[in-house]
Amino acid sequence: MSSVSKSAAAVPEHKSTAKAQAFKRGILYALPDWVMIIVLFFVPIVLLVIMACSRWSLLGGNRGTNFPDNFVKVFEHKLFWPSIGFTLEYTVIVTIFLLVLGLGMALIVQESTKWNNVLRTCFLLPSATGLASASLLFYALYSPQVGPITKILSTLGLMQEGGSVLATGQSALWATIIVIVWRFSGYYMLLMMIGLQAIPGDLYEAARMDGAGTWRIFRSITLPLMKPTIVMCLVYCVTGSILAFDQFFILTKGGPNNSTMTVVQLIYNFAFDSKKDLGMAAALSLVVLIALVIINSIQMRGMRDNTK
Amino acid sequence: MTTPLWKRVIARILEALLALIFISPLIWVVISSFSPQPGSAQSKGWGVANYLTLFGYQEGLPKYLFNSIIVSLVAVVFSVVVCTLAGYSFSRFDYPGRNLGFMVTLSILMVPYASLLIPLMVWFKDIGLNDTLLGVGLVITLFQLPMSTFIMRNAFDAIPKDMEEAAMVDGCNSFQALFKILVPVVKPSMVTVGLLAFLEAWNNFMIPLYLSSSAKSTLPLAMVNMRQQTMGVIDYGATEAGVVVLLIPCAILFLALQKYYVKGFMAGAVKG
Repeated sequence: MSSVSKSAAAVPEHKSTAKAQAFKRGILYALPDWVMIIVLFFVPIVLLVIMACSRWSLLGGNRGTNFPDNFVKVFEHKLFWPSIGFTLEYTVIVTIFLLVLGLGMALIVQESTKWNNVLRTCFLLPSATGLASASLLFYALYSPQVGPITKILSTLGLMQEGGSVLATGQSALWATIIVIVWRFSGYYMLLMMIGLQAIPGDLYEAARMDGAGTWRIFRSITLPLMKPTIVMCLVYCVTGSILAFDQFFILTKGGPNNSTMTVVQLIYNFAFDSKKDLGMAAALSLVVLIALVIINSIQMRGMRDNTK
Repeated sequence: MTTPLWKRVIARILEALLALIFISPLIWVVISSFSPQPGSAQSKGWGVANYLTLFGYQEGLPKYLFNSIIVSLVAVVFSVVVCTLAGYSFSRFDYPGRNLGFMVTLSILMVPYASLLIPLMVWFKDIGLNDTLLGVGLVITLFQLPMSTFIMRNAFDAIPKDMEEAAMVDGCNSFQALFKILVPVVKPSMVTVGLLAFLEAWNNFMIPLYLSSSAKSTLPLAMVNMRQQTMGVIDYGATEAGVVVLLIPCAILFLALQKYYVKGFMAGAVKG
C-alpha cells in the first residue's frame, strides 16, 4: 500500500511537468469516487450527528438543537437494553453455527473432484438468494397453512397443530437462525475453503508420515494455520449479525411482544412506528455506528496480530 | 491412503443428504408456487394463477420488475465505471492524497448502511433524489465501493507497467491506454464487480424500504408489502411466486458466473 516511489528528489525539468500531468490525471480518475463519497457518505454522516442532536420529528422536520435529549430518551427507552441483549444473543449463536458449519463443509469439499464440485454448488446456491427473498421463502415454509414444517413438527408431537414456529420468542429466534444458517453457510464455506487451500500440502504429508491421525492433524496443523481465516470470518459474521434487520423485519417484525427486536429494527421503530421521531432514530443510529467502528477496529487489530 | 468402501459410501450418502437439505427449500418453493393450495389463487389443480395474481397486484409485477431492473442497472453501471477509474487511479498514479483516497474508500466498510439511512432520507429530499430509482441505486453503489475498488486496484496492480507505457510511447494518452490496453485485461474483475453490484441491488430490501414509496418499490420491497397488506389472510401462493421471480435471475447468473463470484470472495479473503 505504501509503495509510493521515493525518487522524486532528482527529477529533471521535463519530467516534472510529466509528473504534474500524472498528478492531475490521477486525481481526475479518482474524482467520481470522491464525489460519491463526499455527497453520499460524508454529508450524511455530518447530517446524522446534527439530527441526533436535534428535535427532529418525522413529519415536523427540524425544530432546533436539543442535545442530549435524544440520547437520554434512547437510553431510557424500555426496549433499548432488551434489544441489545437480544441482538448479542442472536450474534453469538449465529456466529458459532456459521463458523463451525462453514469450516466443516469446507473440509468436506476442499478437494476438487466432480462430486465435490456438485456439493459446493448445492451449498453455495442459497448464498445467491437475497436475504429478503430467503426470509420470505422461509416465511411460507414456516406457515401453518402451506408450509410442511408445522405439519412435520406437529406429527412428531413437538408442536400443537395449527400453531406457528414464529409464535413464541424462543422458537422465532431459532427459526430465524435456521434461515441465516441456510443462507450464509455456503458463503463461510467458501471463505474457509480459500484459507484451507493456502495450507501447503507437504505439511499434511509430513504429519501423516509421522503417524498423526486425522483428528491430530486437524488440531495441530489445520486449526492453527486457519486462525487468520477464522478470525476474518468471525469479523464478517459478528458485524453482519449485529446489524440484523431484514430477516427479523420480515419473519417476526420484532414480535411476539417485541421479544425479537434487534437494535437496527429499533431504529426503524423509532423513526416510523412507535415514536415517529427521526432525532431519536438518528441518535440510536449514531450509537450503532460508533459501536461498530470500535468493534471493527478492535477486530482488525486482532486480525493484524494474527497474520504476523 | 485407502478408506474402506463402506465408509466412503456412507460419507457420500451423508454428503448427498446435506446437499439436499440446502437445495430442498428452493425446490419446494418452485413446486408449490405452481401447485394447488387452499387460500391462494391456485386452489384447484396445477397452474400459473399465483403468477397472474402477482401480475395484477397494485402497480403490477411489470412495474416492480422495471423498478428493480433500473436500480440494478444504475448500481452495476456506476459500480463498474467508478471503481474501474478509481482502481486505475489508486494503482497507477502517484499523487498526494492517493493513499488517503484509498483508505477513505475502504473506510466505508466500517460504517453500516443501516445507520446512514435516516440522514440520507432527509438529505435526498434536499437534493431532489427523494423517492427516485437513481437515488436508491446510488446508495447501493456507495456501499459497493470499498470491496469493488479494492478488487479493481488489485487487478490493475497485477498488470506490468510496461504494457501501457508502450502504448503511451505510441502516442496514446492515459485514457486511451486505459480503454484499449488495460480494460480488456481487467475485464474479468469488472465482471466480478458488476455481478456483486447486481446481486446486491436486486436483493437489497432495507435501502428501498427507507428511501422508496410504494410506486417506486423494487421487487423485494413490493413482495414484503404485499404480504403485510393482506395480513390475516396472507396469500402464500403469490408470495411463493414472488420469491421464484426474485430467485430466477440470481440463480441463473450465479450458475453461469460462479467463477467470477468465487473470485470476488478471493478478493475479500485477501483483504484480511
